Amino acid sequence: MKYQPVIGLEVHTQLKTGSKIFCGCSTTFGSEPNSQTCPVCLGLPGALPVLNKKVVEFAIRAGLATNCIIAHQSVFARKNYFYPDLPKGYQISQFEEPICRKGWLDIQLEAQEVKRIGITRIHMEEDAGKLVHGDVPGLEDGSGVDLNRACTPLLEVVSEPDLRSSDEAVAYLKQLHRIVTWLGICDGNMEEGSFRCDANVSVMPVGSDTLGTRAEIKNVNSFRFVKQAIDYEIQRQIDLIEDGGSVVQETRLFDPNSGTTRSMRSKEEAHDYRYFPDPDLVPVVIGADWVQHAQGELPELPEHRRQRFITELGLSEYDAEVITASRAMADYFEECVAFHHNAKAVSNWLMGEVTRALNDSGTAIDACPVIPRQLAALIKLIDNGAISGKIAKTVFEEMWKNGGEPQAIVQKEGLAQVSDSSAIEAIIDEIIAANPAQVEEFRGGKEKVFGFFVGLVMRASKGKANPALVNELLLAKLKEN
Amino acid sequence: MDIFELTIHQMHNKLSTGEISSVEATRAMLARIESVEPQVGSFVTLTPESALAEAEAADRRIASGDAHVLTGIPLALKDIFLTEGIRTTCGSRMLHNFVPPYSATSWERLRDSGCVLLGKLNQDEFAMGSSNESSAFGVTRNPWDTACIPGGSSGGSAAAIAARQATATLGTDTGGSIRQPASHCGCVGLKPTYGRVSRYGVIAYASSLDQVGPITRDVTDCAIMLGAIAGYDPKDSTSVKTPVPDYTAALTGDVKGLKIGLPKEYFIAGLDRDVQAAMDRAIETYGRLGAEFVEISLPHTDYAVATYYLVATAEASSNLARYDGVRFGHRSEKYEGLIDMMTKSRSEGFGAEVKRRIMLGTYALSSGYYDAYYVKAQKVRTLIMGDFTRAFENVDVILTPVAPTPAFKIGEKVNDPLQMYLSDIFTIPVNLAGTCAMAVPAGFSASGLPIGLQLIGKPFGEETILRAGHAFEQATEWHMRKADI
Repeated sequence: MKYQPVIGLEVHTQLKTGSKIFCGCSTTFGSEPNSQTCPVCLGLPGALPVLNKKVVEFAIRAGLATNCIIAHQSVFARKNYFYPDLPKGYQISQFEEPICRKGWLDIQLEAQEVKRIGITRIHMEEDAGKLVHGDVPGLEDGSGVDLNRACTPLLEVVSEPDLRSSDEAVAYLKQLHRIVTWLGICDGNMEEGSFRCDANVSVMPVGSDTLGTRAEIKNVNSFRFVKQAIDYEIQRQIDLIEDGGSVVQETRLFDPNSGTTRSMRSKEEAHDYRYFPDPDLVPVVIGADWVQHAQGELPELPEHRRQRFITELGLSEYDAEVITASRAMADYFEECVAFHHNAKAVSNWLMGEVTRALNDSGTAIDACPVIPRQLAALIKLIDNGAISGKIAKTVFEEMWKNGGEPQAIVQKEGLAQVSDSSAIEAIIDEIIAANPAQVEEFRGGKEKVFGFFVGLVMRASKGKANPALVNELLLAKLKEN
Repeated sequence: MDIFELTIHQMHNKLSTGEISSVEATRAMLARIESVEPQVGSFVTLTPESALAEAEAADRRIASGDAHVLTGIPLALKDIFLTEGIRTTCGSRMLHNFVPPYSATSWERLRDSGCVLLGKLNQDEFAMGSSNESSAFGVTRNPWDTACIPGGSSGGSAAAIAARQATATLGTDTGGSIRQPASHCGCVGLKPTYGRVSRYGVIAYASSLDQVGPITRDVTDCAIMLGAIAGYDPKDSTSVKTPVPDYTAALTGDVKGLKIGLPKEYFIAGLDRDVQAAMDRAIETYGRLGAEFVEISLPHTDYAVATYYLVATAEASSNLARYDGVRFGHRSEKYEGLIDMMTKSRSEGFGAEVKRRIMLGTYALSSGYYDAYYVKAQKVRTLIMGDFTRAFENVDVILTPVAPTPAFKIGEKVNDPLQMYLSDIFTIPVNLAGTCAMAVPAGFSASGLPIGLQLIGKPFGEETILRAGHAFEQATEWHMRKADI
């Protein structure tokens, strides 16, 4: 029997606000344990939450960018359970009345149709603290609680069970990741847990319309792990059914070391969270004018920009996708193109030399030492025939290392392209004279030797000879006699 | 007159003329506490040293001419208010060692006005109770008859006023916890409109019902105290930005034409005979003063107690989850592993009544029961609010008894929680409706126990009930009587 996997994702994105969701404490990552706490996020008796308006703004932005309905009124609810990293014994979240509902995102796998993935809801909530075990001085045989992260704002984005493979799940996740980072509401850092994912996975026989029993997989915190965990889980469930067993509803934990999932708690052990509206907070009321304002402030979204780069600037599908991977990259690209209207060349440079240099040095595009105007000027020098593409790479290296304008570098280093045909001819004559055997070979029909001559000419000119001119003159000279 | 007999306004006059100093007043209160405390048991913690330091500072402030009406006045707080550096127990073993690192907004406001803190007052554990018998720190006795309860949960706050151990106190009221003990101890006690006073730094019992208010000797003091603590607090999202009026200016003594509603559901057969008599006399008095009476109906009154014990316990079950032994408060000495540590700490730290309410509330919120209990209770709560909204279309205030009986004997209802819960039958609807009400002394039982009347006002109608209470006080002498202790 063939099986159809059914997958839904719950993504937690940590919001990039300066302060926490219900108090004024800082959200900076990696500070001294419990140094960023106050009575509110410590859950001290008598302390009360006050909602950070920025969190609502970010949630509206996320909702609009994912085609959601923004609720006129949404309500915070308490999710009750005991755990030492949860100081109040409940998490303030949203339950029956989330801020955003009924949205969607489009995904597209290579060589496939665009597929629309439903978003059930997006809600605001606070994060819990962290437990530290053993590896801290003074905690040799105990555990510590660090509440710096407690009360940090999160958006939980819940998808419909519309995903049918691990590849679709990863594509959806990447799309969502691009949107939240694009909007500037989440730093997207998966290692630090700013963007984390739980996956609900079930399988059913192909053609069936009854969903199978699902397992929820926790702790899948990279795109690779999501694929691994889902693939493992799909196979585990199929094997189970094929062996005559049945899938039980449970929560499973992904182990990145073994690439497997294991049972964490069964349905019977599942918490009864006893959700109820938090009486310490008033309903969040969002007027149409607020939504309208947020809509107006929204940047051009990646999908739209991608399309525009294809239709207006003539980029290929692939190039447009890569260039719009991040908003900073797309901004850099557009600024460059504004200075020099050669979109294809700019995108080649960005995807080639620039990305390589960024990766090698671990620099972010918005901290690139070569600014868009300078890169545009460099590409312009190539297009004007002032330097060759090869020399341009040398100039770029110099710009990256020591800064400076490309024209100045070309001048100072004497790198300008030689397009003076008499100078090039002189070199060619010398080389033809010095390599009679190869000249014979060429004339005998072995055209491959041509490359050998080009190489010699370029070397002799220290790479400065105009390659097109070299080709033209060389061919003429070789055929001459 | 002894200094400890003075009201706030009387003491303020003597302080501003220099007739007495705050240090003298504070010493007099401390001496009074020392002499009667063994019989009453109002306090959990006394702070004589810091009190005298505060009194000295107050005297300097008075001398500099920068005094507030509360500057130098010796007060005490229910032990539910967080007081930075001073142990705050909430009447529970769970917090027997808890010294808070910050203060409640209401206490900060009083402190900024320059008053003196004598100590922290006994209460029912986590404000759950109507008799002060659920405190982990001993029984508080009614100064009018030490065999009787003072009421609860702000029992210490009322007993301390009746025993003249503090000039004024603060309590909290979730289902009658200010008004019922004030009534049982012959004091004035006011539960403001929900949102009128900040709840920040007040240990939560039931967040949608809890409200801070004063217990005082007379209505004028009550107006002064309310004016000092009321107002918007950015730290409490449920506090309201409505401006705070000068409540003392509302005390005109004039109630001519005031429309007083008498809810038929409250004047029922079976009401204690002495309580009924006191209400009859009060109605007569108001009639003489020119008020008008309208019989009204609050048809959902019967459901109020049941509704309250679902809403309040549901919220409490969640509010009290933070007492897990991890970060503060009681932690069991012997445990194996995390779950055991939390379970033992909570089992040892909480008393029977608190456990009962946590279990009730947990049940009411449980999957499968939520709709039948919590959601239903919220709907009934809306109906009860509607009762009051409709009634106030025709009347200015509503007059009822505070409690169906005067104070009962210590131990009398300890083993009968239902009977205990019913003693709040007249006060609970006000909390569910979120409006304001005040208890005012209105007579005594045959055995000499105080009886209070309740004046219920419209939301943010504190001025009207203060005016009505003040006029009644001017026309009667109940508030002048002293407990013989």
